[in-house]
Amino acid sequence: MTVERIKKILGHLPTHIVLIGLCAIWLIPTFGLLITSLRPFQNINTSGWWTVLAAPTGSEEYSQTCASCHGSDGKAIAWADHTDPEVVQQYPRSIKLLAMLKQDHKGQPHLGDIPMPEPQQAADIADYLKRISGIEVRPRFTLNNYIDALMGYRGRNNYVTDCATGEQALDLNCDNSDLLNPRGMGRAFLNSLLVAIPCTILPIILASFAGYAFSWIHFRSRVWLFALLVGLQIVPLQMTLIPISRLYAQLGLNGTFQGIWLFHTGFGLPYAIYLMRNFLGSLPRDLFESAYLDGASHWTAFWRLALPLSVPALASLAIFQFLWIWNDLLVALVFLGGQKPVLTYQISNMVSSLGAGWHLLTAAAFISMALPMIVFFSLQRYFVRGMLAGAVKG
Amino acid sequence: MATSDERVPKIMKQGRVVPWLYVAPALLIMTAIIMYPAINTFLLSFKNADGTLSAASACVPGEPCWGIFENFRYALTAPIMQNAFRNNLLWVILMVGGTVSMGLLIAVLADRVRYEALAKAIIFMPMAISFVGAGIIWKFVYAYGTGRVQIGLLNAIVTSLGGDTVSWLSQPAINNFSLIIVGVWMWTGFCMTILSAALKSVPDEILEAARVDGATEWKVFWKIMVPIIMPTIAVVVTTMVINVLKVFDIVYVMTGGNYGTEVIANRMYGEMYISHQSGRSAAIAVVLILLTIPFMIWNVRRLREQEAIR
Repeated sequence: MTVERIKKILGHLPTHIVLIGLCAIWLIPTFGLLITSLRPFQNINTSGWWTVLAAPTGSEEYSQTCASCHGSDGKAIAWADHTDPEVVQQYPRSIKLLAMLKQDHKGQPHLGDIPMPEPQQAADIADYLKRISGIEVRPRFTLNNYIDALMGYRGRNNYVTDCATGEQALDLNCDNSDLLNPRGMGRAFLNSLLVAIPCTILPIILASFAGYAFSWIHFRSRVWLFALLVGLQIVPLQMTLIPISRLYAQLGLNGTFQGIWLFHTGFGLPYAIYLMRNFLGSLPRDLFESAYLDGASHWTAFWRLALPLSVPALASLAIFQFLWIWNDLLVALVFLGGQKPVLTYQISNMVSSLGAGWHLLTAAAFISMALPMIVFFSLQRYFVRGMLAGAVKG
Repeated sequence: MATSDERVPKIMKQGRVVPWLYVAPALLIMTAIIMYPAINTFLLSFKNADGTLSAASACVPGEPCWGIFENFRYALTAPIMQNAFRNNLLWVILMVGGTVSMGLLIAVLADRVRYEALAKAIIFMPMAISFVGAGIIWKFVYAYGTGRVQIGLLNAIVTSLGGDTVSWLSQPAINNFSLIIVGVWMWTGFCMTILSAALKSVPDEILEAARVDGATEWKVFWKIMVPIIMPTIAVVVTTMVINVLKVFDIVYVMTGGNYGTEVIANRMYGEMYISHQSGRSAAIAVVLILLTIPFMIWNVRRLREQEAIR
C-alpha cells in the first residue's frame, strides 16, 4: 500500500513540477514589479529587486576590510567611531576613502595585511559607512513612490521630503489639492472612473431595452434588424477612429468626456445587445405571457420582470465592459489625449518622457492595476465569464 | 417565433411605435458611431492625405502609381508596411501557437491536481490588467543596464550564467520575440479557460476505457482528448488570430514600433496621428479588416454549428 502510494506520488511529480514552475513564471514578473514599487528609488537602480532582503550594500566588503580592527559594529576604536557622522562625513566618496586608506597609519600601512579594496568595493564601503552612521539611512520598503506617482511629483528627491523642506515644484501645493494635479496618477484615476462608469452603464441600459424589444415584442423587420446590429460586431474599432475624430473636431467633442462616452457606448452595444437578447429570449415564455394577460404593460414587464431576472448576465456584461474601458489605451489616446489623461495614457506618457524612472513607473502601473485585480479576485466567476464571452470584440 | 399567432397575447404584437421606442436609442448611436464611420473610412481610403482630393493626386510622375488605389499601393508595398506584415505574420504564428499550446498544456495539467482553481487564477490574472501595465511589467524584466548591476531579471540571469547582457527590446533579431512573449503571457489564460471547459466535457468513461486497455497518458491525450476537443481548439485558434492581427498596445508601449518591431495597427495609428496621412491610414484600416473578415465569418459559422449540435 505504502509503496503504491509513493509510486503514485512520484508519478504525479512531473505534473506538479511543470505546473508550479509555470505558475511561478507567470507570477514572478508581476511580483518583481510590486517589490520594486515599494523600494526607495536609490535602491531600485543599484540592485535587483530580488536582493531586497539581502544584507545592505557594502556590508560584506566592510566585514572583509574594516571589521577586524573597527569591529563589526564599527565602534571598536573609540576615536575613529564609524557610527559617528562627523568621522564618516570626511570620506563621502570612494576616492577620499581610498586616499585615506593608502596613507600610513602610525608608521604602519593602514590596512596591514588586508588587501586594498577595489574602487567599486570602496564605494560600497562608503555607502555602508553612511548607513551605519545614520547620514543616509534608507528603509527596505517605502510608500513614497506611490505618493510621488499619485501627486505627479517629478523632482530629484520625493514629495514628502521636498514638501517638508519647502522646496516643492511649481505645480505642487503640498496639500490635498495636489491629488488633482493633471500630471499625477490621482487625477488620472479619477478620469478613468469618469470614463469607465458611464461607459459601462449607458450601453447596458440601452442594450437591455433593445434586447427586450427583440425578444418579446413582435415587430416587422426585427429579425433582419437584429442580424444587422449584431453583425456590426465585426467592425474593428480602428476602422472608425478617423471619421469620428474628424466629426468630433467639428462638433468640439475631441478631448471631452461626452465624446468618449458616446464612442464607447456605440462600440459596447452590438455585443451587449446580442448577449441581452440571447439571455432575455431564453427566459420562460409563460412568465411573460401570463404577465401580459394580467395586464402588465411592456414597461412593467421590462422593469419588474426582465431586468431583475437578468442580473447574472448584466453582472458579467458590466464587469467585462468596465475593465475593457479601464484598460483601453487607443480610444483614450485618440479622443482624450492629454486633455483629460486617463491611467493608461498617463503611464504610456511616463514611459516616453521619463526614460528609466522606474520608481514612478512601477508605482503608477500598480495604481492602474489595483482596481482590475480587486475585481478579478472578488468577482472571479463573473469576470471570467464576461471576459470569455466578449473577448472577440473591438 | 414559430408559435401560432393566436397564442401570442395582443400586447406582444402591438408593433407600431412601442418597439421603436425600445430599439431607437441603440440604433441611432450605433449608426453614428459604427456604421457611418466605417463607410466613411472606406471612402477616405481612396482620398489624399487630408481627404479633399482623389488619392491619385498624390502620384508623382515617373514613379509607380495605382491611381485611385494609391493609398493601397502604400499600404501593401511600402517597405515599412512590408516589415509590418512580416512582423504580424510572426506574431500570428508564434503567439497563436504559444497561447494555444501553453493553454492546452496548463488545462491538462491543472485537471489532475487539487490546486486547480488557484493555478488557473494565476494564469488567467494577466487578462485583468491593461496592456500598458503588462508593458511596464515586462519592460522591467527586460531592463538592460550597461553597468555592473543588472536590475532586469532576464539580464541578471544571463550574466550570472556567464553570458553577455542582451538588449532585449532593441536588438532586431530578438525584440519581436520579446514582445510576443508578453502577448503569450497575457492571453494564455484565455485559451486555457476555454480549452479546460472543453476537456471537462470529454466523457470519463472513454478515457478510463482507454487507460484500462493500456494506453499511455501521452496516447490518451493525442488520440482521444485532442480529436474530441478539436472543434473548440479551432474556435480558439481563429479567435486568437483575429485578436493578434489587431495587436497594438504592446508594441506601442514597449518599443513604439521602432527597431523593426512595427505592426499593422501601430502603423495605422502612426499614419493618422503622427504623419497626418488620413488616406493611407484609412487604407491600412481597410486592409486590416479585410484580413480579419474571413476568420470572423469562419468563426461565427463554427460557433453556430456548435450551438446547433447542443
